[in-house]
Amino acid sequence: MSAIPDPTHALTASGNLRRRQAISRGFVTATIAAAGLAVAVLIMLVYYAAKQGVSQLSGTFLTGHLPPYDGVGGGIGPALVGTGELVLIATLIALPVGVLTALYLAEFASPRVGKVVQTGLEQMAGLPTIIIGVFIYGLVTVNFGQSAIAGALALAIVEVPLIARASLESIRRVPGSIREAADALGVARWRTVVGVILPTASNGIATATILAVARAAGETAPLLLNTNPTGLGYQLNPFQAVPNIPVEILQLINSGYSAAVAKAWGAAFLLIVVILAINIGARVWLRRSERKRGL
Amino acid sequence: VLNRLNATDRRANRALKLLALAGGALVFLVLIAIVYQVINGASLAFSKYGFGFIVHKTWNPPANEYGALSFIYGTLVTAVGSLILATILGVSIGLFLSLMAPRRVAMVIGPLVEMLAAIPSVVLGLIGIYLLLPFIRSDIEPALHSVLGFTQIFGAAQPVGNSPFAAILVLTIMVVPIIAALTRDLFLTVPRDLRDGAEALGCTRWEMIRGVVIPTTQSGITAACVLGFGRAIGEAIAVALVIGGVPAIHHNLFLAANSTAAVIATEAPSAISALQTSSLFYLAAILLVMGVTTNLAAQRISSRAGRIR
Repeated sequence: MSAIPDPTHALTASGNLRRRQAISRGFVTATIAAAGLAVAVLIMLVYYAAKQGVSQLSGTFLTGHLPPYDGVGGGIGPALVGTGELVLIATLIALPVGVLTALYLAEFASPRVGKVVQTGLEQMAGLPTIIIGVFIYGLVTVNFGQSAIAGALALAIVEVPLIARASLESIRRVPGSIREAADALGVARWRTVVGVILPTASNGIATATILAVARAAGETAPLLLNTNPTGLGYQLNPFQAVPNIPVEILQLINSGYSAAVAKAWGAAFLLIVVILAINIGARVWLRRSERKRGL
Repeated sequence: VLNRLNATDRRANRALKLLALAGGALVFLVLIAIVYQVINGASLAFSKYGFGFIVHKTWNPPANEYGALSFIYGTLVTAVGSLILATILGVSIGLFLSLMAPRRVAMVIGPLVEMLAAIPSVVLGLIGIYLLLPFIRSDIEPALHSVLGFTQIFGAAQPVGNSPFAAILVLTIMVVPIIAALTRDLFLTVPRDLRDGAEALGCTRWEMIRGVVIPTTQSGITAACVLGFGRAIGEAIAVALVIGGVPAIHHNLFLAANSTAAVIATEAPSAISALQTSSLFYLAAILLVMGVTTNLAAQRISSRAGRIR
C-alpha cells in the first residue's frame, strides 16, 4: 500500500496508453514507408532506364534514320522530329479550344450549363486514350489514311481537358478586385478578358500547356492506329504518317532483337528525361512566378 | 451599361462569348462523335453477335470467332487488383503528405510522387518487361506461391512470366500518384479545429485519423479510388506489354491473360478481317461504357460529398 503517488507516473505511458501509442507510431511509420516506397520506385525506374539507355545516346542515335527490323544501325532522328511535329499541331488545336472552354466556364456559362460542360470535360479527361485512338481511326484514318494530322487530332483530345481544367483554375484565381476595377471603369467585357484576365492568368495557362505537351509527347495509344509508319526516313508531310518516339519504342520492343531493344532503352531514357525535366521545370517556374506576384 | 458601349465593343463582346461557347460546345460535340463512331464501328459485330458477345468466351481471329468475356474479366481483375494495392499505398501517402510530413519534406516528396504519373506508359511497359518480370519470376512469385498458393489466386507460374499479376503491379505504379495527390488535397480540407479537438481529447495520431480525418473525407476517398479505377481499366500499352496476350480466364494471377484495352492496342493495327476490326470496336464500346460509368460515379460521389460539407 503506497500512500504517496509516484509523481512521474502520469508522464510515462503504460498499459493501454502505451499500446495505443505503439499502434499510432506503427501507423505513422507505415505511411512514411509508403511514401518512401513510391519515391524509391521512381528513382529505381529512372536509374534503370538510365543504366540501360545512356550508352545509346550519340550523334548518330539522335539524328540517324530509324533502324531496320533487327535494330542494327540507325537512330531515332525521324521519330524525334515527328513527335515534335505531332505535339506542335496538337497543341495549336488544343490550346485555343482549352482556353476558350475555360473562359466560357469562368465568365459566360450559367451555373447549370457550366456544370454540364464541366461534366463533359471530366469525361473527356477520363477517356481511355486507346478509345481516342480508335475514334480518330474511325473518323479520319479509315477515310484518309494514316497521317500526322490524324495523330495530332487524337493528341489534341488528350490535351484539351488538361489545358481547360488548369486554365479554368488560374482564371478563377484572378483576384475579384482586378475584375471589379475594370468593371468600375466601364471597360467592355472582352477588353477585360483580353487585357486583364488572360494576362493575369497567363502563367497558369502556360504551365498547363507545357504539362499537356509533356503528357502528349509520351502517349502511344492515340497514335498507334493513326500515325504508325513503316518508312525509316524523315517524314514531315502532315498528310503522311510520321514516325514518333512512343510508337517507335513500341515497335522496337515488339521486334525483340537485342539491338532493337537497346535502342528502345535509349529512346525511353531520352523521353523520360525530357518529360520529367519539363514537369519539374514548369512547376518550379510556376511556383516562383506566383510567389513573385504574391498569389 | 450595355448601351454606353460603342458598337465595336458590343460586337466584340458577342464574338468573344460565341467563341467561348463554341469551345465548350466542341468538347461536347467530340464526346458525342466518339460515342457515335465507336458504336458505328461495332455495328457489324453487334448485328452478328448481339449482346451475347459480352458473355462469349472464345476470341479466335483465324477462325473469325469473337467474344469479349475473357478481356472484360482481365480488365476487371487487373483493375481491382491494382486498385487494392494503390488504395492502401495512395491513401497512406496522402496522409503522410498532408498530416505527418513537415511542410518542407511534403513539398519535395509530393511532386516526386506525382512524377510517377508523368512516366509514359510505353516506358513503364518496357521497364515492366525487363525489370519487373524477372523480379516477379525470381522473388515475388515463389514467395506468394509458397505462402498463399492454396488460394489458387497465386498458383504456379508459367515459364514466360507475362501475367495479370505483372499488369497489376504496373497499373499500381500508375494509379498510386493519382490517389495520393487527390487524397492529400482532400485531407488538407479537414478543419484544423476538428483535428486539434481530437488530439486535445487525448487521441493518438492514428486515433485522430481514424476517428476524424477518414470519416469526414470518406466519400472523397471513394471518389479518388473510383477515378484511379477508371485510369486502370483504360490503360492499354503498358498492360499489353506485360499481361501475356492470351484470351483466357484463369483464377491464377500468374497465368497469361489479356485485357480489353490491351487487345485493342495489339490487334487493331493488324486486324485480318472486317469482323475482327468491328469486334475490336465492340470491345472499345464496352470499355467506353465502363469508363464513362466509372467517371460519372466518381463525379456523383464527390459532388455529393461537397454538398454534405
